Amino acid sequence: MIEERFDAIVVGAGMAGNAAAFTLANRGLKVLQIERGEYAGSKNVQGAILYADMLEKMIPDFREDAPLERHLVEQRFWMMDERAHTGLHYRSDDFNEERPNRYTIIRAQFDRWFSSKVQEAGAIVLCETTVKELVKDAYGRVIGVLTDRDGGEVHADVVVLAEGVNGLLGTKADLRAIPKPENVALAVKEMHFLPRETIESRFNLKGDEGTVIEAAGTISRGMAGMGFIYANKESISVGIGCLVSDFQKTGETPYDLLERFKQHPSVAPLLEGSEVKEYAGHLIPEGGYNAVPKLYGDGWVVVGDAAQLNNFVHREGSNLAMTSGRIAAEAIFQVKSRKEPMTAQNLSIYKDMLDNSFVMKDLKKYKDMPGLLHIQSQNFFLTYPQLVSKAMQNFVRVDGTPKVEKEKVTVKSFVAARSWTGLFGDAIRFARAWR
Amino acid sequence: MTTEIAVRVEDKLFQNRYQVDVGQAHIKVKPHTKPSPALLALLKACPAHCYELNSNGQVEIAADGCVECGTCRVIAEPGGDIEWSYPRGGYGVLFKFG
Repeated sequence: MIEERFDAIVVGAGMAGNAAAFTLANRGLKVLQIERGEYAGSKNVQGAILYADMLEKMIPDFREDAPLERHLVEQRFWMMDERAHTGLHYRSDDFNEERPNRYTIIRAQFDRWFSSKVQEAGAIVLCETTVKELVKDAYGRVIGVLTDRDGGEVHADVVVLAEGVNGLLGTKADLRAIPKPENVALAVKEMHFLPRETIESRFNLKGDEGTVIEAAGTISRGMAGMGFIYANKESISVGIGCLVSDFQKTGETPYDLLERFKQHPSVAPLLEGSEVKEYAGHLIPEGGYNAVPKLYGDGWVVVGDAAQLNNFVHREGSNLAMTSGRIAAEAIFQVKSRKEPMTAQNLSIYKDMLDNSFVMKDLKKYKDMPGLLHIQSQNFFLTYPQLVSKAMQNFVRVDGTPKVEKEKVTVKSFVAARSWTGLFGDAIRFARAWR
Repeated sequence: MTTEIAVRVEDKLFQNRYQVDVGQAHIKVKPHTKPSPALLALLKACPAHCYELNSNGQVEIAADGCVECGTCRVIAEPGGDIEWSYPRGGYGVLFKFG
């Protein structure tokens, strides 16, 4: 199909692929980027929040023309039971700054814009093309890709695998395993459209201010998972995700879970009267540090979701993807400028650089979290939220019961559900995993 | 209850944009007489309700509404129950918002 040889082929045009292709092309390398969707973003799904800092490092003036929805002035965390939520609510006018730190975005639009920047930087972007296999030489080194176009083999010094969470090419080529059901969450999401004034009044916003709600509790029916509600300009992204292994165990259906979340008395009023225009499903890497596969080899590196780079505790994924893509590109550029071959040994600087960045440092910090929350999901996602909710109601309801007795009831309910040993054990385990 | 939900999923999928590659299923279920636990799990876990039992009690797939999430792959591919790949370039679900 394309005769010439490239310095690098980037597979995928999501956050990681675009960051890699942009950085490589920007430094003068000959880059081919291949995307199976009709356009960059047409296969990608995210909540979605954009963390400005990571993009700013690559495109300092992105705010001038990137399709951004709302800058976030507020974050709410909800712990839910069937009829109530207990909330932690942080809002600050400091976030109405000149260069806001976080925005809501719509991925199909954002990725298209990011892709236009990749093309401006000089990369060739080939859409509607699925890469079927990695091409290896007799020594097992990756030397290119085979696409589903006529005569579809293309060669390059290095292939950047930014193929997303499923990582099909990498698993076919035996570079890493298929993600395990306990290491990925399935999230389903709907886009609800409403007039912008309605959204602003319902979420207490003015102008382009935005808010996000992250919700956990009985909404996931004892499975390890979370719901989310993000305010965009004229739409609300609402979704919920739980571990695939938990869906397998419980037989819950994802769409039923989403319906129940939408019907929750704390959620329904936010969505009332909206028009739904899309329903999406996507996997999210949740295995953390211990699930990160080998990141490089002879002629290849892997970035973003395909490398399981997601900090599920902080709901940070696309910024890790973007950062790993940029760092991989910088590593490749270093090898290239030394005029050295793209061997595993030379490409190992990618891993060194990533280890020294917040990406791996953050994942390492929470390496025990998946084990804790996933194994004890019944406690953390069902028992505790119910207890907290009951305690809160008991605390705020005034009914002539002396406060000492109220307190006793609350303490009793916690001990009855988890026992003193259980409570202390959970607290210590949680604190350890957090540290 | 089940049918009621199934209808709602179809309504949801109706909102989506698809470029269907007629006759080119990107996911295949291996022929079987009795479905494995992994295959049975797909009846519920697939967010697009692509998997159903046929009259012989075997699990079948109609992948037209597939959102290409890969849930069925992580559940059923390691055991060899299904063959999973992406649709040809340009085909399949095309997210307007994503």
